[in-house]
Formats: sequence, structure tokens, C-alpha cells
Amino acid sequence: MAIGGAVTTGRKARWALVDVIVVVYALFPVLWIVSLSFKSKETLSDGNFIPREWTFQNYADIFATNEFIRPLINSLGISIIATLIAVILGMMAAYAIARLDFPGKKLLVGISLLIAMFPQISLVTPLFNIERELGLFDTWPGLILPYITFALPLAIYTLSAFFREIPWELEKAAKMDGATPGQAFRRVIAPLAAPGVFTTAILVFIFCWNDFLFAISLTSTEASRTVPAALSFFTGTSQFEDPTGTISAAAVVITIPIILFVLFFQRRIVAGLTSGAVKG
Amino acid sequence: MSHAVTEAPAKPAPAKGKPALSEGKRAERRLGLLLCAPAAIVMIAVTGYPIAYSIWLSLQRYDLRFPDERQFVGFENYVAVLSNSYWWTAFGTTMFLTVVSVAIELVLGMALALVMHRTLVGRGLVRTVTLIPYGIVTVVAAFSWFYAWTPETGYLANALAGESAPLTQQWPSLWLIILAEVWKTTPFMALLLMAGLALVPDDLLKAASMDGANAWQRFTKVMVPVMKPAILVALLFRTLDAFRIFDNIFVLTNGANDTSSVSMQTYNNLIKGLNLGIGSTMAVLIFITVAIIAFIFVKVFGTAAPGSDQGGRR
Repeated sequence: MAIGGAVTTGRKARWALVDVIVVVYALFPVLWIVSLSFKSKETLSDGNFIPREWTFQNYADIFATNEFIRPLINSLGISIIATLIAVILGMMAAYAIARLDFPGKKLLVGISLLIAMFPQISLVTPLFNIERELGLFDTWPGLILPYITFALPLAIYTLSAFFREIPWELEKAAKMDGATPGQAFRRVIAPLAAPGVFTTAILVFIFCWNDFLFAISLTSTEASRTVPAALSFFTGTSQFEDPTGTISAAAVVITIPIILFVLFFQRRIVAGLTSGAVKG
Repeated sequence: MSHAVTEAPAKPAPAKGKPALSEGKRAERRLGLLLCAPAAIVMIAVTGYPIAYSIWLSLQRYDLRFPDERQFVGFENYVAVLSNSYWWTAFGTTMFLTVVSVAIELVLGMALALVMHRTLVGRGLVRTVTLIPYGIVTVVAAFSWFYAWTPETGYLANALAGESAPLTQQWPSLWLIILAEVWKTTPFMALLLMAGLALVPDDLLKAASMDGANAWQRFTKVMVPVMKPAILVALLFRTLDAFRIFDNIFVLTNGANDTSSVSMQTYNNLIKGLNLGIGSTMAVLIFITVAIIAFIFVKVFGTAAPGSDQGGRR
């Protein structure tokens, strides 16, 4: 493009080839686990990329036991609650950072940045003991709390980047018409900010949905174990059966929400991830 | 740190010396503090206190299997960890994984960013599929790689590794961990770089090509300098993130054959060993290492902290 030549078919073809490479790169491991999940027990170890015999047995198996359903409920519940709380708190803080002048603003931004880069394992050790003493160990709140904490920096960054894009003047106009800053926030900015808030919610949800370290360290039973943590405890239908098929099926199930988000909100996710990083 | 913030909301608005603030300005400050308080309190409560607590724990002999022997031992745990070869092996492994995977990600990520930014066909498609590795649960991807490289179930092990089982040997395992890590996180790197790429003015590239710069020169002399801040931020994020590698190793090798990272070691001491003293010591050491890495990035390379347009950029 920079050379200014016309867009020839040859160049298009070359880009198409590059695109294909990217697509193969991105999908290969995903397709492999999908393939495993549809293989029957007999063909599981044939090493074929495409199953020779297709079966839904693995899916039927995982949905027949609490071993998967309970963690799935935990995953959904914990991620959704943590996302809601983190986005609401993040929204308030981001609004203040983007719009208001107050002391301690830089400090808050600095702390968020510190937490975003903080090694999570360093928190696992003390949290493990604190939560045991408080009775939060192996409960939903025991996971929701650290998730909110680590999601907040992400939420604050992304949201404040979005909030800076919102036209100032509307808020001023609202204030001129006699609205307090609080009213300006609720009535004018909040509706305008909805797309950014939604995008942030997706990013935060993906983060919570993904977590493994907290999930495996701060839980011990099915009461609060999420799917990523539960996967490594899978045993298959009986204890002596190889769990490859069931693990694959469960892995595919928890990948579905991610695929849906990506398919429907690609543009927003890209905008959300890039806006926070550059405009800051 | 926690002190400063808990105090902040209590600090009254009037500024010393300056003329008294108008009513509106004061209301703005009050609202600002009020809106930030919940987020700040949660973040401080869940990180500030545990950090202090883990420093305290690291100075004690505290094993949950022998709770009666709990005792203040000063720096004994640090001596124990730092003179332990397992710790240094894990530290070396973690450093190796971090440096190699971030280096590969930078190159691949830049290529991917260029593709996403410039491709003439299927831009939406490329961006969509690129987000899949970013979004997918790390453990899921790790299981996929695990099965792919396990001889009984894997197409890759059968096709490429012959009779051997790569995940049972140290070096093949390390490279496979890097592969899994690179696959998963290159898209994130690419997105951060693409944001930087969008800042490179097209005119500048056109002017450079008029002056006879070839594609490589345009890349190194025009794009990279303009993108430098974005590149440094991406590197900083990814380096600190790579340093805490856990999920991939847990699934792929579970730390066997000296493939354990510092996070794995800490986890093993804590959850399997129930040794809070040693676990906390490792946690503190990891924290210090991460602080040093961040410090180097910010001071030596001049990485600007993103997110603070007033103060962060130098």
C-alpha cells in the first residue's frame, strides 16, 4: 500500500495465503480437542486428526455426573458475580479518573498498575491461610474476592479509556441545566458509556473464566471448584477409565462461550484490548 | 501503601495556600474520592494486607502439618530457599521460559500485528480467529497440547516424535511448554503492537518510500521508532505475565523432569507440602523479582506506565 501500487490479484492472493496460515495457527489446537471429544473410546488413541467414528458419548457422560455440572455452575456463578461487581466498581473509579479532578488519582492508577502486574502466586500463599481462618476457603466468595481484585485494574483501564472518548460537552450541558455531578453520571454518561461497559464486562468475564491458579489453590471440593480446576480431577465414568474423552468434552463446553464472544464481539474486544494500552 | 489510600478519602478538600475552592470544585473532589473508594478498598484489602501478612509468615517456621512448632525464625526460611538447588533450578527454568517465549512472541506478534493491520482480504476473519487463542481457557489449550504430544492419543507425537514421549524428557518438555505459551499469548502481544502500529502515520511511510527506503528500512527506521513505547509496554506486560507461568506447566508436565517454574514450586510447597513459612518466602522472593524486572523496564528502558496520561508518560 505504501508503495502506492494498484491492488493486484497477486497481492490479494498472497494476503489470502497469509490469512490461511493465521487461521490454521489459531485453530489447530482447538480443532484437535474438539476432535478428541467426539471420538469413541475405541478410537480415542488412534491418533487420527479427524475422528473415524463420531459419537456424543463423551458429552452425555459429562452431563450425567455432578463431576462436571457442579463445577460448571460454579464457574458460571463465580465469573458472572465477579464480573458484575468488578465492572460496577471499575465504572465508578474510571468515571472519576477520566472526568474528575481529585487528590489521590495518580495513586489509584499506580496501585491498579501494580496489581495488574502482580504475581498472583504471591497472593495465593497468604490468601490460602487468611481464607482458611475466615472460613472463606472453598467458598464462592473466596474466589470472587481475588477475581474482583485482579479484574479491577483491567476494568479501570479499559473503562477510563472508553470514558475519555465520551463527549464532555453533554455532561457540561447537563450540569448547566442544574444536574449535580452525580446526576450527570447516572443520566448522561452512563447510557453513553454502555458499549464500553459491555466490552469491559466481556474482557473481565474472560479473565475470571480463565483463571486456574486461584481456582486450584483456594478450593478443595466441588462446592466451589471451577471447571478449569475440576478438569484435572476428572476420572471418567468409572475411576479406572481414561478421562481423555470426558476432559476433552468438558474443555470444549467451556470454550463455547469464548468462541461466541469472539464471533459476535470481535470488533469490540479488539477495541477494548487496544484502547487501554495505547491511549491509556 | 495501604496507609496512604485509606487516609486519602479522609483528607479534606481545602488546599493549603491556594484560594478556597469553589463549591462545585469541592463537590467534584468529594465525588471523585467517593467513586474511587470502593475499588481502592477492595484492591487494598485483598492485596495490601495479604502481602504484609506473607512477609510476616515468611519470617516464621510454620508448617500446617506440625502447627505446634510454629516459631519466629527471622531469615532462616530465606536461607533455606536460597541455598536450595530446586529453587534455583525452578528460577532458571522460569527465566529461560520467560526470555525465550517473550522473544518469540515479539517476533511472531509483530508479524501477526502487521497482518491484522495491513491485510487486504479477510481482515475481520483474521482478527476474529486471532482472538481465539487469547480468549480460550489456558488449561483447555494446555490439555489439547498435552494430548497432541502424548504418544497414545497424539497426532503430533506420532507424526513428529516417533516412538519417544517428548513430555517425559526435560528439554523437549521445555520447548513444548514454550510452544503452548507462545501459541496462547502471541495474539495478545499482537493486539498491543497493532495499537502501536495504528499510530504510525501513513504519510511518514510514504515519504520514506519516496526517499528510496525499502520495506525492511521502513520497518526498522520508521515504524519501530514510532512504535517503541507500545513495544516496551507490550514487552513489560508479557514478561511479567510469562514470569508467573503456571497453568501450562501444571497440565503439560506437572513440573516433572526439572520443568517446574517458581510458581509451581510455591504451589507445591503450599498446597501439597502445607508449609506456609517456605511457601510465603517463595512468594515474597517472586514478588521481589517481579518488582526488579518492572523497575528495570521503567528505569532502564524508559517504559511509560500506561493509563496515566498526566503523570505516567515521561
